[in-house]
Amino acid sequence: MTVADVRLLTSPFDPADELAGFAASHPAAGGIVSFTGQVRCDAEAGGVEALELRHYDPLTLPGMGALAESVLGRWDLEGLLIVHRSGILFPGDPIVLVAAAARHRRDAFAATDFAMDHLKSESWFWKREKSGGSWRWIEPRSEDFEDIRRWQ
Amino acid sequence: MALRLVFLGRLEDIAGCGDREVPLADSIDAVFDALEPELAAALRADRVKLAVNGVLLRDRDAPILRDGDELAFLPPVSGGAP
Repeated sequence: MTVADVRLLTSPFDPADELAGFAASHPAAGGIVSFTGQVRCDAEAGGVEALELRHYDPLTLPGMGALAESVLGRWDLEGLLIVHRSGILFPGDPIVLVAAAARHRRDAFAATDFAMDHLKSESWFWKREKSGGSWRWIEPRSEDFEDIRRWQ
Repeated sequence: MALRLVFLGRLEDIAGCGDREVPLADSIDAVFDALEPELAAALRADRVKLAVNGVLLRDRDAPILRDGDELAFLPPVSGGAP
């Protein structure tokens, strides 16, 4: 039975190290698809100085675990990795890493895409951005709900 | 006899703190009524979900409140990453 590796981190992580370890753990997989989300360095957006992710301990990690279980129930995977940051992040810092290892690539692509869409629109994280020295909460975007409807 | 209220996301700014203790009340409405009107209105909003002791309620169907309960108010989560 495939067991997912799901972690909520409050300190920086290295996606390359995580992926190397994940690949080494799943030699039977013919392919690994991964997605890394990072804090934008976007001068046009007013130069975001920092991003803070808040979570709620009783719900956030259990919710990520439930998502991982639904991914494993839906696709035939050798392994699934979900790593998500909480806390204060700076431009260029990795926020999230999802990786799926499968015998066949289509399962790995679809599982990663599904996991990201659901992490974004359903997991218990609240974000705020710092720009011009002040913090501003980020409200949900309608695109996130449209992304998730693709899977229903 | 107290309840712990936890305010997530932008609710923290409205409350002026991430969490606070309030006296135990008979109902969720009684809890709201004892808060500042602006905060109570924000917590009553349809899109704000409620978790009691880490269990998400399907709706606000009058949870029975006990001493020491933690009530977390959860506004819509923010996507925003790529």
